[in-house]
Amino acid sequence: MADPEIKSYAPHHESQSAAVTESPTARAVLMIVAFAFLGVFLLLPLIIVFNEAFSKGIGAYAEALSNPDTRSAIRLTLLVAAISVPLNVVFGISAAWAIAKFEFKGKAFLTTLIDLPFSVSPVISGLVYVLLFGAQGLLGGWLKAHGIVILFAVPGIVLATIFVTFPFVARELIPLMQEQGNGDEEAALSLGANGWQTFWYVTLPNVKWGLLYGVLLCNARAMGEFGAVSVVSGHIRGLTNTMPLHVEILYNEYNAVGAFAVASLLAGLALVTLVLKTLLEMRYGAEIAATRGH
Amino acid sequence: MTTAPAKAGWRFRQPSVIPGFGLTLGFSLAYLTLIILIPLSGLIWRSAALGWADFWAIATDRRTINALEISFGTAFIAAAVNVVFGTIVAWVLVRYNFPGRRIVDAMVDLPFALPTAVAGIALTTLYAPNGWVGSLLSPLGIKVAYTPLGIVIALIFIGLPFVVRTVQPIMEEIDKEVEEVAATLGANRFQIISRVLLPGLAPAIVTGFALAFARGVGEYGSVIFIAGNLPYKSEIAPLLIVIRLEEYNYEAATAIAAIMLALSFVMLLVINLVQTWSRKRYG
Repeated sequence: MADPEIKSYAPHHESQSAAVTESPTARAVLMIVAFAFLGVFLLLPLIIVFNEAFSKGIGAYAEALSNPDTRSAIRLTLLVAAISVPLNVVFGISAAWAIAKFEFKGKAFLTTLIDLPFSVSPVISGLVYVLLFGAQGLLGGWLKAHGIVILFAVPGIVLATIFVTFPFVARELIPLMQEQGNGDEEAALSLGANGWQTFWYVTLPNVKWGLLYGVLLCNARAMGEFGAVSVVSGHIRGLTNTMPLHVEILYNEYNAVGAFAVASLLAGLALVTLVLKTLLEMRYGAEIAATRGH
Repeated sequence: MTTAPAKAGWRFRQPSVIPGFGLTLGFSLAYLTLIILIPLSGLIWRSAALGWADFWAIATDRRTINALEISFGTAFIAAAVNVVFGTIVAWVLVRYNFPGRRIVDAMVDLPFALPTAVAGIALTTLYAPNGWVGSLLSPLGIKVAYTPLGIVIALIFIGLPFVVRTVQPIMEEIDKEVEEVAATLGANRFQIISRVLLPGLAPAIVTGFALAFARGVGEYGSVIFIAGNLPYKSEIAPLLIVIRLEEYNYEAATAIAAIMLALSFVMLLVINLVQTWSRKRYG
């Protein structure tokens, strides 16, 4: 086949030979099907969030967001993310260092365990803490005797959030650090750097974009988690309601503008996350290469 | 260092000049144990303490069975729909060039980023009888919101990126020469797709299906708004766990959770086997 278009190194979707692509009609049909599907299932839900939030005008929107319960839900969500994301970052870096830099027995098993929270229903992630810390729970009696409150309070919400966001940073860093190998670190160590210096000046700069990518996804999930947090929160207005839980309460009270106003903030967060994620993939694709897609 | 590799027998880790193994592995294991393993084994311990008779009574309760059937059934249908449309979406994104492709590609990840409760109320508003989509469907006699069909819609939303993001990278790797060879040998486009391309994509498609299915079975936030939550009819298993918890019926909540975990585990095992088989079969 002496088709010069195929032989050239043009990106593959630009080649037009009939043998390797569909007829124009088939292309059009496939594209219409794909766009219609994405339009109905992704775009419409996004549009309706903002449409409903502003359905009674900007004044009603602003009023809904200035409600004190809404304000405290926003504060709690920020607080929970501010505690759980850094803890999972420390864990992610630590686990990636152990798994990517060393060869040891049971490594594959450990990697599987880290992914475990992804295959557990969020409701079950919350339930396990209720079974542990609840009044009838394993530690419930002891906690009560010592006046420690975990369940239906901020510590429980933080724990449940850590559980569901547990794998995000680790699973970005592990493949990336495995790909990069140990050469840079060994060079730094042989030049006299100590362990911390090696990590701080060599490893961290090497993985910073991958780390940021993981933090981004971890944070989005931490702020948006519903099922797990719902089980452990107790739904106390103004105290233990995170933003997603507050959306549910307002929605069930038929306060559509209020529910969608809070939802629009979360949707905005999702959009910012997607934009940053895309920018990271475009600019630093090679540096976060092993991780594309999650 | 005089450790001769020849006489090294069993050893926990291979020697390395890089420091910090003990610290990082120790911390990781401690954190993993505290956050994940102890709470999860608490669940297993509690359900084991139930005793077989009690466990069986909860497991065979009509409401439990129906909830599990609804969760697994709707997740299966939604994952199947996503396999078809997700593969088409991935194909269009990989093979066709059109303005805004980058944006459409980024949009596919929306269900990963959008909190499930937001997706839930948005989809319910759209598919309610007076909603944008619901008002188009209700003259046709199709009710979506507050029926099992609504659950399927929510799970299609949730599962879509799992299929697209699993299939897309494999599609990008397909060597066009394979298609050219098939064409020179006289295959038409349909034959090339069904005989040459799809078999190569099969393992990725199965994986995408499995991920979407597993996620759909456990999904809670996006479903409870649109489902209607009628016991025996449109009540999903995670919701039944929450209801039992709210009744302080820890035993039932624990038993249903244990059944869900066991079923998901068996399912992932089966899908793993299918995957291994299809990899062997189609390379």
